[in-house]
Amino acid sequence: MLLSPWRADFPALAALDHEGQVYLDSAATAQKPQAMLEALQRYYAQGAANVHRAQHLPGSRATQAFEGVRQQLADWLKAPQDAEIIFTRGTTEALNLLAYGLEHLFQPGDEILISALEHHANLLPWQQLAQRRQARLVILPLDQSGQLDMHAAQQLISPRTRLLAVSQLSNVLGGWLPLAELLPLAKAQGALTVVDGAQGIVHSPPDLQALGCDFYAFSSHKLYGPDGLGVLCARHQALQWLHHWQFGGEMLEHTDYQQARFRAAPLGFEAGTPPIASVIALGATLDYLQSLDSHAVNQHEQALHRQLLEGLQQRPGIQVLGRPQTALASFIAEGIHAADLAELLCEQGIALRHGSHCAQPLLQSLGVQQGALRVSLALYNDGRDLERFFNALDNALELLR
Amino acid sequence: MNPSLAPAAQQALELFSQCSSWEARARLLMQWGDRLTPLSDAERCAANQIEGCESRVWLVMDRQSDNYQFRASSEARLLRGLLALLLVRIEGLAPQTLASLDLSDWFSQLGLSRQLSPSRSNGLFAVLQRIRQLAQDCENTSP
Repeated sequence: MLLSPWRADFPALAALDHEGQVYLDSAATAQKPQAMLEALQRYYAQGAANVHRAQHLPGSRATQAFEGVRQQLADWLKAPQDAEIIFTRGTTEALNLLAYGLEHLFQPGDEILISALEHHANLLPWQQLAQRRQARLVILPLDQSGQLDMHAAQQLISPRTRLLAVSQLSNVLGGWLPLAELLPLAKAQGALTVVDGAQGIVHSPPDLQALGCDFYAFSSHKLYGPDGLGVLCARHQALQWLHHWQFGGEMLEHTDYQQARFRAAPLGFEAGTPPIASVIALGATLDYLQSLDSHAVNQHEQALHRQLLEGLQQRPGIQVLGRPQTALASFIAEGIHAADLAELLCEQGIALRHGSHCAQPLLQSLGVQQGALRVSLALYNDGRDLERFFNALDNALELLR
Repeated sequence: MNPSLAPAAQQALELFSQCSSWEARARLLMQWGDRLTPLSDAERCAANQIEGCESRVWLVMDRQSDNYQFRASSEARLLRGLLALLLVRIEGLAPQTLASLDLSDWFSQLGLSRQLSPSRSNGLFAVLQRIRQLAQDCENTSP
């Protein structure tokens, strides 16, 4: 039986266990380590204060902690020296920031490339930008196995490509995109590159210098951090293209009633009071994650994932979507509506997702009409969770067949 | 006995309140789903489809002078059972009665209150809204 040595660090797991719930939905949002909960409590209990504004002690303490996390993130991400870390409300807001901030670069006929497996968060901002500017949204197709078709990508990336925006890891198929091959093709054409790291950052140690994209976005809440907080890491050379998009407190240098000058990144892109407690608590989450043996975490996640795939493949009539490589697997059951299966799993305390997983065009292209179920794993899951899931799955399949 | 319930609704209440396990409840739901009057292919059209449901759901209102009757179906079996339980409760009700009927109470009595919670996307709530709207329209256009 696979055990997670980190499970006890997450108080919610014991609470959910007590309620008879098996949490297999970490790709939607992850549970939080005790260290993060304590950081939130400590910040509020010590005295909350706004950042970048006041001279008083609580204000300078909050600002110092807040800016400390910005630096901590840059180090952890192995961001290029001159890159900036911008705090947003989440990956979705980070991508919207880009789609509005870069809008002025697009002329009619310019092409924006995304992959066929994008989450709605990395589809809709670009789709809408394309409509506003009469640009073309070009979709990089997948091959039969659900991997990005690199041959087609080579044909589609052209001098008309102004921007490429792709996920690092699919939230439905659980496959890594070949970014090391893909990004250089776009850069060679002078295109800007955007990576949606919402899923990927949770399951591979980040190295943005090696990745080489212009913009990288992710959400804190999937990375065991608090919600309402996202991170956008932007390369210095790419920042020059980014126009300000939200306006308000603290993002300005000077204003009168009619005219204003704005700050550069990062503060120029953080209008209004940022989620201070969440930023500080994300710092505590990173401290926690960095204290773990990342090799052991990876081994554990891979072993669990293998068990998940083996268990699904052993069951007749279960079809796994794509070829999941890590963290999650989506599946359908022949002759059974996903909603029925999900309902009966829910009755048995199995917390997983069903539906289109915020990727409707992808499921349509895979011919999945009735939604799919998704099991997603985190470092706190263990073999017992999977055992309970498979028992529940067998019960449900028996009832529905 | 609840005197305001039609015989079929009374029967549903008796059967569902006796369910002691989730398996028994699921089996019973599927049996009730099988009792739904089937919809023709033509009736399973976009105009009859309810928006906001993860499983496709269709609702048809048959109207004869100031009488109306609902028929419904879904691709998902358990949802078909829920639809049957909904229809059996509202059958024959006047529009005014329907508008004021507390259907969440009905599903609670059946031990199925979880099915109506806002976090669920099974669409039962959207079906309810549509039924009320259709009944309202029906009343407004009555001679």
